[in-house]
Amino acid sequence: MTDPYVRIRDLGVTFTGGAKPVRAVGGVSLDIREGEAVALIGESGSGKSVTMRAIMRLNPEKRSRIEGSIHVGGHDVMKLGARRLARFRGAEVAMIFQEPLLALDPVYTLGAQITESIRRHEPVSRAEARARALQLFERVRIPSPERRLDSYPHEMSGGMRQRAMIALALACRPKLLLADEPTTALDATVQIQVLLLLRELQRDLGLSIIFVTHDIGAAVEVADRIAVMYAGRIVEEASARDLMRAPRHPYTIGLLKSRAHGAMVKGARLDTIPGAPPDLANLPAGCAFAPRCFLAADSCRRDDPPPLVALDGGRTARCLRVEHTHPDAIGTPAH
Amino acid sequence: MLSYALRRIIYTAPVLLGVAVVCFALVHLAPGDPLISILPADASVELEERLRALYGFDRSYVEQFFLWLGRALQGDLGTSIASGRPVTTEVFRAVGNTLTLAAVATLIGFVLGCLFGFVAGYFANSPADKAASAAAVFGVSVPHYWLGMVLVIIFSAQLGWLPATGAGPGGSAQWRFDAEHLSYMILPALTMSVIPMGIIARTVRALVADILAQEFVIGLRARGLSEFGVFLHVVKNTAPTALAVMGVQLGYLLGGSILIETVFSWPGTGLLLNSAIFQRDLPLLQGTILVLALFFVILNLVVDVLQTALDPRIRR
Repeated sequence: MTDPYVRIRDLGVTFTGGAKPVRAVGGVSLDIREGEAVALIGESGSGKSVTMRAIMRLNPEKRSRIEGSIHVGGHDVMKLGARRLARFRGAEVAMIFQEPLLALDPVYTLGAQITESIRRHEPVSRAEARARALQLFERVRIPSPERRLDSYPHEMSGGMRQRAMIALALACRPKLLLADEPTTALDATVQIQVLLLLRELQRDLGLSIIFVTHDIGAAVEVADRIAVMYAGRIVEEASARDLMRAPRHPYTIGLLKSRAHGAMVKGARLDTIPGAPPDLANLPAGCAFAPRCFLAADSCRRDDPPPLVALDGGRTARCLRVEHTHPDAIGTPAH
Repeated sequence: MLSYALRRIIYTAPVLLGVAVVCFALVHLAPGDPLISILPADASVELEERLRALYGFDRSYVEQFFLWLGRALQGDLGTSIASGRPVTTEVFRAVGNTLTLAAVATLIGFVLGCLFGFVAGYFANSPADKAASAAAVFGVSVPHYWLGMVLVIIFSAQLGWLPATGAGPGGSAQWRFDAEHLSYMILPALTMSVIPMGIIARTVRALVADILAQEFVIGLRARGLSEFGVFLHVVKNTAPTALAVMGVQLGYLLGGSILIETVFSWPGTGLLLNSAIFQRDLPLLQGTILVLALFFVILNLVVDVLQTALDPRIRR
């Protein structure tokens, strides 16, 4: 097997700006092959966005401590100098954000922002850059693209803005696209359109995608593989199909059960995970999920966090009691 | 854009009418007889009556107002009681001087204010920020007539580098752009610039800190822009508000420079107003206030139109 395109090893991110250091990411390792789409899912504060921003070194460097290593397409991201880092951002890796209205500069037209990006990375004329911007707008299927290039972000609808954002991200033909909850701020119907567009672009352009979301439905739509994060660690990683069919980590099981879905009977109680996510400045000993876990035993609350356990089918879970969640196990939780 | 500018120009008409009414009323509400200052103490009753009729002070206020307004619309603001010269001549010479001083002071204030503001905003909570913010607070809170006197004591009286008063050599009342005249402007302009400097610095600091905290700045970095490229985006986002504040400050300096013009004997509207008030020179007083108000309104108009041109979100 060839080397993965993205290789993250023992990534740790600690924010030191506040009164107490907050360990937002505590040892994440993740590989992404070329052309593969991986979803990072988890609750707010589980470290998924921070992990993703670390790939582009977008976390405030003065107020954070970052450990581990990140390699993307042969670049050692942690060691890039300012100039090489700027060339790496946008051209090798691009990012789309949750709320395009906030993530686009409000006082520049979209055309100006796209041509600026292109000309920043490639020595092309203004007219040429503009022609490419127009192509991109057509590619993401923005209606009357010529006119829309001269629009300001606030003059567009939410779905159109997110398409424009995707066009902007693709401006310099990156190989890796980081998508930070790209559909959370959109209407349900528009969400599907944007997800399908992402899927299509990924196939046609051979993009690798890291897709951060807390919406498992959206993750399944786009991702080949899903990594579930909790309290700054990946607790389970599996192919999208395996994860949906047979989740193995108690947290994933809880997450899947707590979804509202169409077949729910009106008035039926929605299963939820009891308790609240832990304080990252003050993590408990042992497994961070133990206080909320229906399977937790005494051993879970002791010593070090549990190691990743390799399971069959190339999947992993970070749980001491993972044998109890096997579909055939007698100890499968009753519900 | 053009229709917006046109609409804004039409909106100024009622504002100007209101200004005319208020400035006429204020001047006439104040106690005191305007003729006292020019009539000799032993003047006959006939002479007083004749003068009163000549200036129109014998008519009703309403009549006086419309006569004044009618003539003002034709560019005639009457005759100064004290000097006997047309008010328009006096006012426009003074306005020219004040405008020059205020513009230079605002420019200094704007440049320094932006500099301090950007440094403070970019390096929030650093020693540089503390120093720049302290300078801004000093600018806003120091009494500027006092600062003017201190500067005169240091640079004119002690060091003898710069002239203390006036707008030019030999009591020149007409401003010209040459080295000689410039040396007269340095002290009053510097004194005057501390207020806009402080206010603009504080505004820009808050703006920059706010803009840097927004997500689109991360977006810009994620596109591979250099720090300088990001800085240009921040500047363009700051510009509309900073310009608006600068316009308002220029307006204040135009009308509110009485103290500084008095300290430095600068032959501008402030000094003119000062003497008009003390001599109860009603036509001059009215004319000066009206012209100043006119400038203020025009200035705001220009700022609004400029701001709209810079920030697409304000349009329509």
